[in-house]
Amino acid sequence: MKVLTRIGFWLLVAAIGLFSIFPFYYAVISSLRSGADLFSVAYLPERLDFSNYVAVFERQPFGTNIVNSVIVAASVVALSLALGITAAYAFGRIRFRGRSLLLMTILAVSMFPQVAVLSGMFELIRSFGLYNTLPGLILANLMLTLPFTVWVLTTFMRELPKEIEEAAFVDGATPWIVVRRIFLPLMMPAAVTTGLLAFIVAWNEFLFALTFTLTNERRTVPPAIALMSGSTAYELPWGTIMAASVIVTLPIIALVLVFQRKIVAGLTAGAVKG
Amino acid sequence: MSRLITGLALATGLFTTASAFAVEISISCSALGKEYEICKQGVDAWAQKTGNTVKIVSTPNSATERLALYQQLLAAGAGDIDVFQIDVVWTGILADHLQDLTAKAGGGIGSHLPAMAETSQVNGKLLAMPWFADAGLLYYRQDLLDKYKRPVPQTWGDLTETARIIQEGERKDGKGDFWGYVWQGRAYEGLTTNALEWIASYGGGTIIDEKGEITIENPKAAEALKTAAGWVGTITPEGVLNYTEEEARGVFQAGNAAFMRNWPYAWALAQGADSTIKGKVGIAPLPKGGADGRHAGTLGGQLLAVSKYSKNADAAIDLVMYLTGEEEQKRRAIEGSFNPTIVALYGDADIAKVNPFIGDLADVFSNAVARPATVTGQNYNRVSTEFFNTVHQVLSKRALPEEALNRLDRDLKRIKRNGWQ
Amino acid sequence: MSGAALQASAPARETMRGGRSSLTRSRVRAAWIFIAPTLIVLILIAGWPLARTIWFSFTDASLNSLADYQFIGFENYVANYDGEWFGLLTDPDWWHSVWNTVWFTAISVSIETVLGTIVALILNASFPGRGIMRAVILIPWAIPTVVSARMWNWMLHDQFGVINDMLLRLGLIAAPITWTASPDTALWTVVMVDVWKTTPFMALLILAALQMLPGDIYEAAKVDGVHPVKVFFRVTLPLIKPALLVAVIFRALDALRVFDLIYVLTANSRDTMSMSVFARQQLVDFQEVGLGSAASTLIFLIIALLVVITMVAGQVRLSGEVR
Repeated sequence: MKVLTRIGFWLLVAAIGLFSIFPFYYAVISSLRSGADLFSVAYLPERLDFSNYVAVFERQPFGTNIVNSVIVAASVVALSLALGITAAYAFGRIRFRGRSLLLMTILAVSMFPQVAVLSGMFELIRSFGLYNTLPGLILANLMLTLPFTVWVLTTFMRELPKEIEEAAFVDGATPWIVVRRIFLPLMMPAAVTTGLLAFIVAWNEFLFALTFTLTNERRTVPPAIALMSGSTAYELPWGTIMAASVIVTLPIIALVLVFQRKIVAGLTAGAVKG
Repeated sequence: MSRLITGLALATGLFTTASAFAVEISISCSALGKEYEICKQGVDAWAQKTGNTVKIVSTPNSATERLALYQQLLAAGAGDIDVFQIDVVWTGILADHLQDLTAKAGGGIGSHLPAMAETSQVNGKLLAMPWFADAGLLYYRQDLLDKYKRPVPQTWGDLTETARIIQEGERKDGKGDFWGYVWQGRAYEGLTTNALEWIASYGGGTIIDEKGEITIENPKAAEALKTAAGWVGTITPEGVLNYTEEEARGVFQAGNAAFMRNWPYAWALAQGADSTIKGKVGIAPLPKGGADGRHAGTLGGQLLAVSKYSKNADAAIDLVMYLTGEEEQKRRAIEGSFNPTIVALYGDADIAKVNPFIGDLADVFSNAVARPATVTGQNYNRVSTEFFNTVHQVLSKRALPEEALNRLDRDLKRIKRNGWQ
Repeated sequence: MSGAALQASAPARETMRGGRSSLTRSRVRAAWIFIAPTLIVLILIAGWPLARTIWFSFTDASLNSLADYQFIGFENYVANYDGEWFGLLTDPDWWHSVWNTVWFTAISVSIETVLGTIVALILNASFPGRGIMRAVILIPWAIPTVVSARMWNWMLHDQFGVINDMLLRLGLIAAPITWTASPDTALWTVVMVDVWKTTPFMALLILAALQMLPGDIYEAAKVDGVHPVKVFFRVTLPLIKPALLVAVIFRALDALRVFDLIYVLTANSRDTMSMSVFARQQLVDFQEVGLGSAASTLIFLIIALLVVITMVAGQVRLSGEVR
């Protein structure tokens, strides 16, 4: 019985892993092929041809694009978490009038289709003089990540037992100290998770990035990929696009591998408090 | 603070005086790759000649995204891009934001292909200059026509018959996924170009005539759509209902189709070193609707226009005139096989040397049908969307041609309610 | 802030009470100070674009001349000219797109929730290679949608797509399926790709909720010999429900605004059009800023309504007491 359960468990893990990774694997294979090869199916690369990877960096400032994406995504995460955790503490731990209304208003920001806010945002960014700059992009992206961060963190904040801050307040700690010293460590798994999700949202954002930047040197990765073209307007340089996609997915994988320890770290924190 | 402002004003003043002599023009020509290089060589030559500098702004590969970006910039009155590369059907849509080039061009527009010249004008004003031309072509497999002893089809009826024979024969020979004819059937602008070719070749008009009258509801148009719907599932895979140019080329270039409708770009790729059908391909005008029909390829191509919000309009217009001029078009035809819009270049010996089928193309372009973009102006996208959605429904057999066209006629009249402009 | 009130406590009971209320007051003040930055940022960046959209929905603005428009009341929503009805509320295409979107959201979010929970439970178990698995799971979400949607389009090609090839080789299908071309399968295909893409989002959020649970609950259940499935439904699920609901709400918000996926997979086809694709078509392709803004405002109202329904049904506590 136990063996059967084990086998079943591993089968499930394998199935889920395969489902998740196969398209990525196919992207890796496609990035190693070129020309008419791409119109046929292959499960293994016929040869290791890295010319597509070279082309990605040769034909455009792709290195700069990656750096831009890192700057934008990292700033967006830092700002979202800083704003989100403080706001979540207030929403999750303190009772005050108008709390529900405020929460709903923040949520409402996420209810408009992105294309509808695009043109207003465009005017706003231009009037701030932030057109074609990274701060402009960071600001615009906050609109996508902030409501989400505040809500998720509020939910987790609320789930922590009440006794936690009581003692600290009796000891004369200010709310700020309570947030920093007590809630921040306890919120680690939730903060890392939301941070990671927000990072990916900002990393992958396309519409704002395309509209609010103009020059190749200021572009982030998704518009840079969308701007890749073959020798003529209709031809899709499939191999190059796949190579670029593989390149930009790798930092995310690295990020997860680094931060997943933090997600686990929460387990011990949870055990201690229980 | 006030000192800072004075300083700034001084600095800007200095900059402006300096820029009266040499200015920086930004142009959006195609993003990257070969098209970018050819464009760059062109603008660099102009920059060297005039002493100005030119910055190339990359824009998205996808036409819809590119148009959206242009609209965003122009609606905000932003002068960040001076010269726009626009599609032939965008002149009407962007008309209000473009400089009138009539005076600067002089009579120059007369030397261009008449159909291209027409797409550059809205209400008698010349708002763009033709840069290069495109039109729908029929690609065929010469080796298979030889094998089955069939001529290049002249009518859609011939094509249907030949495609069926080749498809049956090839499938018997063990090529189970071989198809007769592939084209672009996705619900997007490409389907409008395909369907317009069928309808025009049957003599069914161009949806809306040049006076702005809606002409789509006619028996010839219905017959054309009926023929096309008959292909789907027989000589054309059902998947064609979601094919764009590249998906169709994929099937054809893998050697799995006898005929393909596509733009001239596919030629160089089909004849490329790594192509499975290298040396086996031919091109021809698209078939006629019947004995009394005509060859009709939909006109595509790109124009260059100058933004109204450009701060250096004179230099920008000069750049446009240079890039669309005969010398530059010839260079582009030789080095990048971009089809010129200047009629005289079709007889040019140097171009014919590198591009042997340029003479055939001259016929295709002079017979090309233009989409009703200039007459519908702002509403072109609406008309086209209604049209391709209707055709898509007929092709996926959820509506009969006659009733679908009747509904389309009604919907177009609704859009036209207050006139087209 | 509250320190001063507490220090001056000589007569225990009395000051304790006074301290309480002043403590409460100072905490409420702190709450507002803590929320202020977020609110200011949101008002700054979202206030103008949103207000502008709602305002434009009552005008006949066109992208062509944004400065030149007229207030036309509700005519974008419903109007009657010469006995013929115009406006969004009478447009069958609009209602079709609403139906498509709601259908898509209901199906895909349900599948993602169930699948996401299963994946989260697996990742919560300890087994060798768990770290790698976490990264693997997240890959679909990490690939930019612009790319992954196109990639799927390629993989789903009826002639040279790898999916058909695989299914044919495995003998699961007899003839290639036209995934995105036929209206019957197109929306299901979109659901499949969406599930592939966003299950990681659900899984990761649920995993975080699982990680924050106190470990002793399981210990107790283990000692009592309760079946793991029972433990999940009786103990785990109620505890992670708040987090699960927030994940569902945000997933649903995204699904209701789905755009790129449908746009890349099936373009402007009327059969598979979502509300956002409709709005974009009006706003950008047709330059009808007025109509497009009206569609966006309606999308906002529809989403708000659905979210409120979900919250009531799921008994989400917005202002409940801290546990």
